[in-house]
Amino acid sequence: MDAIILQILNGLDKGSAYALIALGLTLIFGTLGVVNFAHGALFMIGAFVAVSVQKLFSLSFETVDPTRKDFLGNPLTVKVPYLEHWFGKGLGDWMIDWAVPLSVLFAIPVMLLLGWAIERGLIKHFYKRAHADQILVTFGLAIVLQELVKYFFGANPIQTPAPSDFTGSFDFGVLLGFDPNAIIYPYWRLVYFLFAAVVIGGVFAFLQFTTFGMVVRAGMADRETVGLLGINIDKRFTIMFGIAAAVAGIAGAMYGPILSPNYHMGMDFLVLSFVVVVVGGMGSLPGAVAAGFLLGILQSFASMNEVKAILPGIDQVIIYLVAIVILLTRPRGLMGRAGVMEE
Amino acid sequence: MSKTNITRRGLMKTGAATGAGLALPTIFTSSAYAITNEPTGDTVTFGFNVPQTGPYADEGLDELRAQQLAVEHINGIGDGGALNTFSSKALDGTGLLGKKVTFVTGDTQTKSDAARASAKSMIEKDGAIMINGGSSSGVAIAVQGLCQEAGIIFMAGLTHSNDTTGKDRKANGFRHFFNAYMSGAALAPVLKKAYGTDRRAYHLTADYTWGWTQEESIKASTEAIGWETVKTVRTPVGAGDFSSYIAPVLNSGADVLVLNHYGGDMINSLTQAVQFGLRDKQVNGKNFEIVVPLYSELMAAGAGENIKGVYGSMNWNWQLTDEGTKAFVKSFGEKYGRPPSNSAQTCYAQTILYADAVARAKSFAPCAVAEALEGFEFDGLGNGKTLYRAEDHQCFKDVLVMKGAENPTTQYDTLEIVEVTPVEQVTYPPDHPMFGGAEASLGECNNG
Repeated sequence: MDAIILQILNGLDKGSAYALIALGLTLIFGTLGVVNFAHGALFMIGAFVAVSVQKLFSLSFETVDPTRKDFLGNPLTVKVPYLEHWFGKGLGDWMIDWAVPLSVLFAIPVMLLLGWAIERGLIKHFYKRAHADQILVTFGLAIVLQELVKYFFGANPIQTPAPSDFTGSFDFGVLLGFDPNAIIYPYWRLVYFLFAAVVIGGVFAFLQFTTFGMVVRAGMADRETVGLLGINIDKRFTIMFGIAAAVAGIAGAMYGPILSPNYHMGMDFLVLSFVVVVVGGMGSLPGAVAAGFLLGILQSFASMNEVKAILPGIDQVIIYLVAIVILLTRPRGLMGRAGVMEE
Repeated sequence: MSKTNITRRGLMKTGAATGAGLALPTIFTSSAYAITNEPTGDTVTFGFNVPQTGPYADEGLDELRAQQLAVEHINGIGDGGALNTFSSKALDGTGLLGKKVTFVTGDTQTKSDAARASAKSMIEKDGAIMINGGSSSGVAIAVQGLCQEAGIIFMAGLTHSNDTTGKDRKANGFRHFFNAYMSGAALAPVLKKAYGTDRRAYHLTADYTWGWTQEESIKASTEAIGWETVKTVRTPVGAGDFSSYIAPVLNSGADVLVLNHYGGDMINSLTQAVQFGLRDKQVNGKNFEIVVPLYSELMAAGAGENIKGVYGSMNWNWQLTDEGTKAFVKSFGEKYGRPPSNSAQTCYAQTILYADAVARAKSFAPCAVAEALEGFEFDGLGNGKTLYRAEDHQCFKDVLVMKGAENPTTQYDTLEIVEVTPVEQVTYPPDHPMFGGAEASLGECNNG
């Protein structure tokens, strides 16, 4: 029983990331009708915003410590962060320690701007083109973005640790009446799950309870009619692209302490997120979120030794198997709408 | 009186046989001197096949830096580096057999098919006389096979699988880097001293040739000191999130986690194991411990604080104090502003060793070079006294046991040397079962 609870918990944080990426994918598809293969790269860019903020906060000036030597035997050059120098050790160190959560504040405007630039500069030219063309151009964009990141940040994963207040893990087992250490879950993964829940709730509330959201939903249902009412729906859809990019970006920024950012992490998530969208139902926001969590948890279960002993390699294919079963039994996915990608 | 009957058919048969007989020595004579890419001008081209893209690109870049430095030293540019301390004096800094050394590079992408394609291109289009480099055993074994077929010497880079000089050994392939067996043999006594003999180990293993042989080696060496292996679990390469593999460790009864992972996988699995509180855990009345049998400086820097106090092993480290290491680190450090990694050192040493063998053999012919390398004993390249064993083309030298430093002063000293394990302790017979047993064979050397 404890192993099952543990794998459900494990699936939650992975599922959170899938759900956040799939949510953005579905928003873009539902509003602009574009299949955005660069969405994983936006998740990766978000993670590297956190890396950049961490590097920015750690920017240092050098002083020479004559009492110590470097690897060539010269006096050791010691780096002192500017933040520590300006704000004192307490506040300066706290800002460096909290670089990842603080990076979300930077990621939102950066990703909104990047999303706007991508939509206006590239994707709008492909609205009337076939889905295959859209996939090709966005896939190309993803490769360009990841190569740029590799050029500037290198190929190795870069550590972006969680604040020291959130290192370590929470003993769920004791809370549920199990032995101590039976069900342990890292604090940061718990934070990530709660963060994802807030973001997902925020996006739904924005679409449900604001005039802007109402117009966007109307545009998703019937773009032409909304346009005939004199509303500039294209402008709103461009903003939605920016919001989807920001959701992917902050999801990536906060994921750094779970998975050290590297330039190809976006591609790793992209394929799985597309399966999530298809399983959830193309164009369905609740479907994307539900499928994200469902597949995250199933993937965790499939990695259990007991399951792999019966079905070797199942952890590698479980998501695709579920996708096949869902598509055979419910061709529109779990919550897919009629008419989406069916023309 | 004898009568000779000469028929037309008989004459043709005799003529054909005589012709073939006369031609035979010529065929053998001409082929004896034909080698693949024999240099004819005033230059000779080396082929450096390293990961320039993909997850090990940073390591590949460091290998390339070292290879370039080695070429400069062979051609007499710079301070000469470890050539000044190398026990063989066949290289005099004027190039190689009267030719200047140039090089071309290929990108392995850490993919076997891409690595073979880039090596093939360097051999067929650029006329590379040898191939050197790489950061993966899968790649090394694939390229070694290609070089064997092409009649080219392959000087392997970072490859740690037992198979490279074990069941997949080749007459044209040579490995300076140490292997998984040696890691196990060096680590076990240190682990015994640090953690005792009553331990239960759980292995997470990268699911490819290197991971399998490392798991086998570490399992055997730790069981030999009394440890019990609770479970071995294979994980997909590049899994990213290892939490679902780490979670079952918590309740497995194990008190040691052995991470047979390398590169990004090692960084992620170690970080996540620490996040799950494994290192703060007490099991069976003992502190839970993590072991990373194969370390690299670049990966250690990536793992940050999580590496502190974790044991592992290395082929070489810049903090060694022998003259060869000091000369190489000085030369590399002054040129690039950073100490070399152990993959850089092995590629540097391999380039120098190849050139030295050519100079001693006075020939570029692969079989002559192979003969010069086989059984070659040398010193002064940073690993102490070393033997290139003739039977399997594996270098035998001291092995370093490392530990994550508690108080690193820079990003370069995140690891500290715990022990230099003497070569005798890590030596094994060429027909060891982990290395293909009695059936393993180098095969015939191929000149091309």
